[in-house]
Amino acid sequence: MMTEVGQPRPKSFYVLGFFFLLFLAFLYGPMIVIFILSFQGPDGGMSFPMVGRSTLWFQQLLSGTGRIGDIPSAFVRSLEMALVAAALTAAICVSAGMAFRRRFRGSGLLFYTAVSSLVMPSLFVGFGIALGFKELGWKTSLFTSGLGAQLTWTLPFGLMITFATIGRFDRRYEEAATDLGASSWQRFRDVILPIILPGVIGVALFGFTLSYDEFARSSLTVGTANTLPLEIWAMTTAATSPVLFALGTVTTVVSFCVLTAALVTIGVIMRRRAGSGRPATS
Amino acid sequence: MSLAARLEQTAKTGAPIAFRTKRPWPGAIVSWLQAAPLALVLLLMFVAPLAFVVVVSFFDYGRVDIYPAFMLDNYVEVFTSEVTGRLYLKTLEYAALVEAITLVLGFFVAYYLTFHVRTLRWRIVLLLACSIPFFTSNVIRMISWIPFLGREGILNDAVMATHLVSQPLDFLLFSDFAVVVAYVHIFTLMMVAPVVNSMAKIDRGLIAAARDAGATEGQIVRDIIIPLSKTGIALGSVLVLTQVMGDYYIVRMLSGGKSAGVVTGIATQLNAFEYPPAAASSVVLLIVVITLVVGIFSLVDVRKELAA
Repeated sequence: MMTEVGQPRPKSFYVLGFFFLLFLAFLYGPMIVIFILSFQGPDGGMSFPMVGRSTLWFQQLLSGTGRIGDIPSAFVRSLEMALVAAALTAAICVSAGMAFRRRFRGSGLLFYTAVSSLVMPSLFVGFGIALGFKELGWKTSLFTSGLGAQLTWTLPFGLMITFATIGRFDRRYEEAATDLGASSWQRFRDVILPIILPGVIGVALFGFTLSYDEFARSSLTVGTANTLPLEIWAMTTAATSPVLFALGTVTTVVSFCVLTAALVTIGVIMRRRAGSGRPATS
Repeated sequence: MSLAARLEQTAKTGAPIAFRTKRPWPGAIVSWLQAAPLALVLLLMFVAPLAFVVVVSFFDYGRVDIYPAFMLDNYVEVFTSEVTGRLYLKTLEYAALVEAITLVLGFFVAYYLTFHVRTLRWRIVLLLACSIPFFTSNVIRMISWIPFLGREGILNDAVMATHLVSQPLDFLLFSDFAVVVAYVHIFTLMMVAPVVNSMAKIDRGLIAAARDAGATEGQIVRDIIIPLSKTGIALGSVLVLTQVMGDYYIVRMLSGGKSAGVVTGIATQLNAFEYPPAAASSVVLLIVVITLVVGIFSLVDVRKELAA
């Protein structure tokens, strides 16, 4: 149980702390194994022991040899898609988040539709979209049906983060702006948005990573051009070499970079605020 | 007031000009416009496709195509097939097991972070440490168990080294065990995050008061923390249960195709282009999932929890 800094810690702190460390080991252990095995030597297999060390599997990945698909193109497609999904998720969620500050007619229905979209078995969403496109005679493609399918997944998550962000926003800043004669657009652009910006970056981060890693909803809807997770899924059944782990390492590193960039940006904004002594800077 | 009059007044009083020349729009209309993009995407990519699935579930089908009809044969097939019961049983078994494990695990992780870690800085660092894997690829996280649990995997090497067994354990990989481990690995965070969110809102004064009144840690957890974090627990449970019930990929990869859930059955029908039966199975699963979610949400007010 919580004690103040300086007081002795209860025994339960150490028990739970140990338990927490085990949990972290459980979370990261397998990922670290993948990372190590991706540097397996040329004669090594998909498990330990390591037979020497090499970057052979990364080279295979780049050159597209060794019975794997066109990974570089899939990677570029996934990045493009994730950027578009991140921008759309942030814009749509912030806009909707502003709407939900009032109870408007249909707000409950819209909220529960978004929640349903989140809890829906992913394969159905893809199936439904693919079926709809087929019956209407349209072709499924990456940036139509594929993007739509991914948004049904990124938007509800983004919406939750937006609610948390906007819920913490102190409306007195907005009222002050109104009193000074700001129009509603000025109020949003110059007051609300700068204050909630860290949260908005968080929403975009969710949009990006959820889209970048999404495959259950994409599998039936992206058409002929596969995204990276779909290529990886296809590889899992065919690959018999550590090239799969090399790919795992690369894609995890990309996720880490995006995450770090987002966190650093948020950190810089927060620090500037703390430094300027004002809650909002624009 | 005209603009000239306003300027004149400003010149006299020094007050800023309020350029509110237009009447503001009524709140409801503004809200609708702001919510419209979200509503549009959900309508086109979620509601309409779902309606399509429901409609097609009544259709007839042949070898290559589906034909508009209104027949209940697809549903009759779902309810009379002995496979359906088996798949549902398996899925519910996974769901119950994973829910129980993630609940205990998630609760204690959240509890430790919120009530034992004393500084905000450490709380943020440790919460981030728990969340980072969520931002990495699920497929990779599934695959990562293979070199860990395999016959020549790390766990088997470790067990063999203890000389407790003479043969590598075969049940570790491509088994129900592996499936549950991967589910817990991937979905525990979906429990941790909402529970942390709920716990963070608990008034510390309550706990201090309980402690001053002589309550033990166990009593505080049972009588204060669990009741006050039940919305988070409900939300986390919904996320975990629906993810497990809707999963197809994890069970396929980690059971090595030996085990199957409800969605596996639907995927098999999809691969055989049997769209109407797949649609009917989907609708049945949908009703089961929705009933479950509504049941859990009826216990708590989720919207209040999220919006506050």
